[in-house]
Amino acid sequence: MKISKFNIVLLGLALVAPFAFYPVLLMKVLCFALFACAFNLLLGFVGLLSFGHAVFLGTGGYVTGYLMMNTGLTPELGILAGTIASGLLGAVYGKLSVKREGIYFAMVTLALAQLMFFVFLQAPFTGGEDGLQGIPRGHLFGFIDLSDNLNMYYFVLAIFLFGFWLINRTVHSPFGQILKAIRDNEPRATSLGYNVNDYKWAAFVISAALAGLAGSTKTLVFQLASLTDVHWHMSGEVVLMTLLGGMGTIFGPVVGAAVVVGIQNFLSGGELGNYVHIIMGLIFIVCVLAFRSGIVGEIQKIVKRNFG
Amino acid sequence: MKLMNKTLLSAAMAVALTSTAAHADLSDDKVKIGVLADMGGVYADVCGKGCLTAVEMAVEDFGGSVLGKKIEIVSADDQNKPDVGSAIVREWIESKEVDVVTGLVASSVTGAVTKVTTDNKKIALIAASASNAFTTKACSPYNAHWTYNVVALANGTVKPIVQSGKKKWFFITADYAFGHALEGIASKVIKAEGGEVVGAVRAPLGTTDFSSYILQAQASGAEVVGLANAGADFVNSLKTAAEFGLTEMMDVAGLLVFTPNAKALDPAIAGGMLTTTGFYWDRDDASREWSARFKARQGVIPAMPHAGAYSATMHYLNAVKAAGTDDSDTVMKLMKSTKPDDFFAKNATLRSDGRMVHDMYLVRITKASERKSEDDIFKIESVIPGDKAFAPVLPACDFK
Repeated sequence: MKISKFNIVLLGLALVAPFAFYPVLLMKVLCFALFACAFNLLLGFVGLLSFGHAVFLGTGGYVTGYLMMNTGLTPELGILAGTIASGLLGAVYGKLSVKREGIYFAMVTLALAQLMFFVFLQAPFTGGEDGLQGIPRGHLFGFIDLSDNLNMYYFVLAIFLFGFWLINRTVHSPFGQILKAIRDNEPRATSLGYNVNDYKWAAFVISAALAGLAGSTKTLVFQLASLTDVHWHMSGEVVLMTLLGGMGTIFGPVVGAAVVVGIQNFLSGGELGNYVHIIMGLIFIVCVLAFRSGIVGEIQKIVKRNFG
Repeated sequence: MKLMNKTLLSAAMAVALTSTAAHADLSDDKVKIGVLADMGGVYADVCGKGCLTAVEMAVEDFGGSVLGKKIEIVSADDQNKPDVGSAIVREWIESKEVDVVTGLVASSVTGAVTKVTTDNKKIALIAASASNAFTTKACSPYNAHWTYNVVALANGTVKPIVQSGKKKWFFITADYAFGHALEGIASKVIKAEGGEVVGAVRAPLGTTDFSSYILQAQASGAEVVGLANAGADFVNSLKTAAEFGLTEMMDVAGLLVFTPNAKALDPAIAGGMLTTTGFYWDRDDASREWSARFKARQGVIPAMPHAGAYSATMHYLNAVKAAGTDDSDTVMKLMKSTKPDDFFAKNATLRSDGRMVHDMYLVRITKASERKSEDDIFKIESVIPGDKAFAPVLPACDFK
């Protein structure tokens, strides 16, 4: 990523944000932003709509949570383990699903995700509907106490920046160019001699691992791993975040995640709490009808039209 | 003499002033109560907005302020999700100055929330949860478990049925902390009384189609089917049982029946069923008076968690007033050393483990012919003394 003034300003804002906003809310936004970015890598840059991405978020969370509770790992190792677990699951699921296209791909991923949902519901170590509760945040590298919200925030920010950088790097690499070629015209990519399914699979694994990274981190923030994270609602929510922010843009999913989490947080306390799904649905409809390229996509269009 | 009087008076005033000044030791200069409940899901009728109303009534009856400072209330919907509930409570405590949390419905949510409250040394007044974990394996010096729990339900309802000779049981259980705990305790009671459990099936929280579970119960050969669920789950499972003719083949025992759920059922289906409750509105003059006030505001008669939320809030506020501080340790000590006594809490005491022990009631759901009004839902069969209903304090949970 080239270091522009814009990026430095953004980074500066992220560093001072916890003094203006409630840190746990910001951490939640960052975790979902990373999750949405990982999802966007598939949807926006390979054109694959995975409708079961929550399973990777949840798997990362459960594995990290279980290890943190039972083995006394330090948080960075716990998160690494969760990320690897999601990546491995992604490798298997990717192999099974990338052979299909379009709606069939979406349905296969949904079905596989539901299988895992049932495992997490019934397996003895996940606590069923209770989830894993009271997961310790632990001490980063053994000496930084993460139970302090500010320490935790900067740790989460570092993880987010790493994930974001990795996605950005992937998209702008030769590998990313091929992914975009597959998105735009798959038969042509095949005719140029690329093994399309392998490229799709690799993107799927990266996306799954990063979703797992987001889930592991989220679990540490909230000290809880629950079925919410593996439920298909969550898979739908990440589609909403990505489309709302701008599919196929770098910053879109971040903005989308911030908007969605912000609205949910704003509505949850007030009288409108019961209508949160209706309001999100209306926003989704308006987004699809009026600004299809999402918030960031539309801004980019305006910038291009007027200043480009 | 006059001068003497004046000096005495001013001395007394000075003492009074300094004592209030020294005692008005409230964090953030106010007492803030958080009400967390399922506001729109399967347990909305059981606690929900009604619990908020009950807490508001308690604060108003208390006078709206304590130690000269305002009492504030915030509320939120936990959607029966542990992650949502614990995140809300974390935010309440860390950035919204909440001193005490009440409501607390689904046991899974309460489990996650009480971890947060205990970590932050804040009191949780559990008004609606059933699991006994909060005073046993997940006990905490900051938990006060008010209305009832699964042990009281099993002792109250299951024991008399087994003793009457119905020994073979089958359970339809809500698949999470509460259901598992209720099924486990009830099974123990059954075995202790010489009965047997021939099988159990677990249905997820919020199941609407119970037909496959009912068929399994029908095929089990049991004499009694125990419904170890609650709220809308209880209503839906009992309705399905009636549609499949199960209620004619076997006895069905609702282990946790709240008044609004019993009211929602046709008395032809539910009439005659025995169940245990911590409160019934039509018990004595005090309960009727309070329930009438509740109904005037909320439009329905109170269920036991509503009365429990009021009673717990009142007891907490009284303790804050007497202690002169909202420091959780001091307040909790005082809550445990003074006996709650109001329209809800009879022969009550808050034990060292945080269990509020009080009279429970074995009630029968009335048949249509017995009902004098639409709210005439239960008939109290017998009073179960607190020490018979609840399990004794565990040594590990004996917080002095």
